Amino acid sequence: MSAQNQQPVTPDTPVTPSAASFEPAESRGDARPVSFFRRFLSQPEAKFGLVLTGLVLLVAIAGPFVVPAWTGYGPTSYAGKPFQYDIFGTDNLGRDVLSRFLEGGWRLLLYSALATLLGVGLGTVLGMLAAFRGGWLDSVIMRTGDVLLAIPQLVFAMLAITVLGPQGWVLVVVIGVTHAPRVARVIRSATSGVVAEDYVLASQMYAVPQWKILGRDVVPNIMGPLMVEMGLRMTYSIGAVASLSFLGLGMQPPTADWGLMINENRIALSLQPWGVILPVVAIAVLTVGTNLIADAVSGASAGRVTGSARKDK
Amino acid sequence: MPTTTTVPKATVATAISVRDLNVGVHGGESILKDVTFDLTPGRILALVGESGSGKTTAALACMNHLRSGLELRGGSVQLHKGASRFFDQNMDLLTLSEKQVRRLRGGTIAYVPQDPALSLNGALRVGEQIHEVLRIHEFGRNSKQREARVAEVLEEVGLPSTKKYQRRYPHQLSGGQQQRIGIAMAFACRPAVIILDEPTTGLDVATQDLVLKTVYELTTKHDVAGLYITHDLAVVAQVANDVAVMLRGEIVERGPAKQVLYRPEHEYTQTLLAAVPDLKGARDMGGGPAVSPRAAMRAPWDHGHDDAARPGEARTDRDRAASSVAQTSDNEPLLAVRDLRLAYGPAVILDGINLDLLEGQTTMLLGESGSGKTTLSRSIAGLNGAYTGEVRLAGQVLANGTRKRSNEDRRRIQYIFQSPFSSLNPRRSIGDSLEVPLEMSGGMSRKQRRAAVADALDAVRLGRSYINRRPGELSGGERQRAAVARALVNAPSVLVCDEITSALDVSVQASVIELLRELQRDRGLAMLFVTHNIALARHVSHKLAVLEKGHLVDYGPTDHVLRNPRHDYTKSLLEHVPTL
Repeated sequence: MSAQNQQPVTPDTPVTPSAASFEPAESRGDARPVSFFRRFLSQPEAKFGLVLTGLVLLVAIAGPFVVPAWTGYGPTSYAGKPFQYDIFGTDNLGRDVLSRFLEGGWRLLLYSALATLLGVGLGTVLGMLAAFRGGWLDSVIMRTGDVLLAIPQLVFAMLAITVLGPQGWVLVVVIGVTHAPRVARVIRSATSGVVAEDYVLASQMYAVPQWKILGRDVVPNIMGPLMVEMGLRMTYSIGAVASLSFLGLGMQPPTADWGLMINENRIALSLQPWGVILPVVAIAVLTVGTNLIADAVSGASAGRVTGSARKDK
Repeated sequence: MPTTTTVPKATVATAISVRDLNVGVHGGESILKDVTFDLTPGRILALVGESGSGKTTAALACMNHLRSGLELRGGSVQLHKGASRFFDQNMDLLTLSEKQVRRLRGGTIAYVPQDPALSLNGALRVGEQIHEVLRIHEFGRNSKQREARVAEVLEEVGLPSTKKYQRRYPHQLSGGQQQRIGIAMAFACRPAVIILDEPTTGLDVATQDLVLKTVYELTTKHDVAGLYITHDLAVVAQVANDVAVMLRGEIVERGPAKQVLYRPEHEYTQTLLAAVPDLKGARDMGGGPAVSPRAAMRAPWDHGHDDAARPGEARTDRDRAASSVAQTSDNEPLLAVRDLRLAYGPAVILDGINLDLLEGQTTMLLGESGSGKTTLSRSIAGLNGAYTGEVRLAGQVLANGTRKRSNEDRRRIQYIFQSPFSSLNPRRSIGDSLEVPLEMSGGMSRKQRRAAVADALDAVRLGRSYINRRPGELSGGERQRAAVARALVNAPSVLVCDEITSALDVSVQASVIELLRELQRDRGLAMLFVTHNIALARHVSHKLAVLEKGHLVDYGPTDHVLRNPRHDYTKSLLEHVPTL
């Protein structure tokens, strides 16, 4: 036994804490976590992803407004002989590649955004219902989803478009519906974690209507996985819409569209590569950008990012 | 070193000395401030403090481990010459390389974590888990010697050492057995120092008693220096030779256990000790005297009720509940449970429960995990509607589920959840969460509801400024007060408290109990206080009901049950409860 262990409390400590200073019910005002947005932005992926996505968004949204004025040609007007090399040259029908590129982005973005909203919305509602109600409803929803998951997404989309015809709304609905079971799985597991919490039980105890419990207690607490799904599904939607257009099942000629441009211009890849390179780069940058954003969102919501002053004194 | 069965005696006076240890959050506040202590072979030092006081951080620093986000700001952890068979000179553990540290941990300094169920590998047989530790630290010459050591260490912790037992998986053992496997792993290599981080928190009292005895025996017999981290001073009294009390990263008092526990000098230690519940009722806790062995039926704080409440009529005029049920005579129970049964298939959870709750009185429902006490309290509150039998409120039979009960019935019975960390929605402000009961019972405008919530927050002594805060900004005790306030906004007549203090530190527990007693006195609430901690009995309850495996095995006035326990289970509880 050492002298150190027996050393009494030095009575001449300069700061003798008063009884109030170790009052147990002491507030931890500094425990408020850094806001989600700040945590999100503090990651390099987030900034990089925002810049990439922003660039493509700018091209796609502002492009249609500047098309005849800046480039001198409309997206479908004749600009010269096929495969000439001005800035970006002309395509197989002699249309200006740059004009078509600037014009051709917004549909892709709009359709993928709508498909994502539809898919995530549908999947969230179904997933929450499955986890919250449980029982037979859970089984019906999830097993139906499994059946849908068994069919490859693209094959399902091609089938539907062949039957219903290549129209915008078909594209949106088909891609949205194929997203829904995947989203529903994630949301169901997130919800079942929240449903087990006592505050949901407390709301049940006070006989709060069930839709209110979902809206007030569940949704705010699954925002993390929900945002991640949103970003992820956006990436997939862009890929799916572009692929279907490339396959000729999305937008139809002579519409200017990035996916369609790749298909139309690939025959002359060695002669005049710009008609392929521009849309390919744009789609690649866009998907990488949205993916980085989704990563950053998941990082911020999973608490992998430090910077919150959570440790108490 | 040959593995003989002789117990190696330590040759040093001090195994590890920690000097001026300073640890802080990266670029932020400090967690440990000049922490200094010595670990002596054959003695256990208890590091006592509340959650967040830095006791685990200090203990882990002894093993040169800092949790992510923390940084070392100075100090030394000196391992003394001769204390370990791996290191034969004095060395500062904080300067070791990762490779050296790995040899140190487990071999020289062993660690027993809090939750045995999480710390054992569920896919490995228990014998193999202990064997693995020995193999990694090259204990013994060959596999045979190591196997002998596994059997030996199992005996030492009081478990069977047969091959059959060693072939079990962790999930085939009880919590107490799992924790003893954890202790066996820690002691397997004959470490010089063992660090135990609240190893008995999740165990019931009888198992805790056994584990504490094992730890005490092993450290003294094998001359191991022990560091025992806990917040429970009653446990300290059982195992520790020396005590160091931590407050916000500083050791404020230290000394031999007897001196610190019975003649505390620092104000904080005194506060802590005053908050420890006392089964004998000799000390006061929770803002008033306990039911002493002499006060037979009525709790002493009742007399205060009679004397104080009459002249102070104005104090209770806000209290709608007390006035609405004041006519009920003393003999008729406000809430009666009659022949309540609940079974899930063949598994009988509750069997023929009869229980009365009287106005202004508390019944303590005591039982360990799995005894059905939460199921019973939830059945009463209507959260679990699968029961048969009757729950009567003021003579009327209640429906089986909350959604089937009327607004008025729901209003009059309120339930408080165990964990304040789970019972409040983290995304909503305290005010919004507390408003829900009023919103659902209807008849009030939003402004009136806000006012009622603010009043309730005042009543639980949080203050109305908390109305716009989020649960994340509150400490555990504050959250539990907010949860109590949610139960109070509707002016209930019955309060069901389901283990509401078990997630809290002792001093917070004392303040919550004080609050409950005060509210009961002011509002005449009937309370069902569910707990596994029998030591609280004399501090909260008028009546005591002991639940074991779905049966009420003992039921009667608190003092009567405590003095003449009828059932073996109650007797064993009383026997094993750690006391100061």
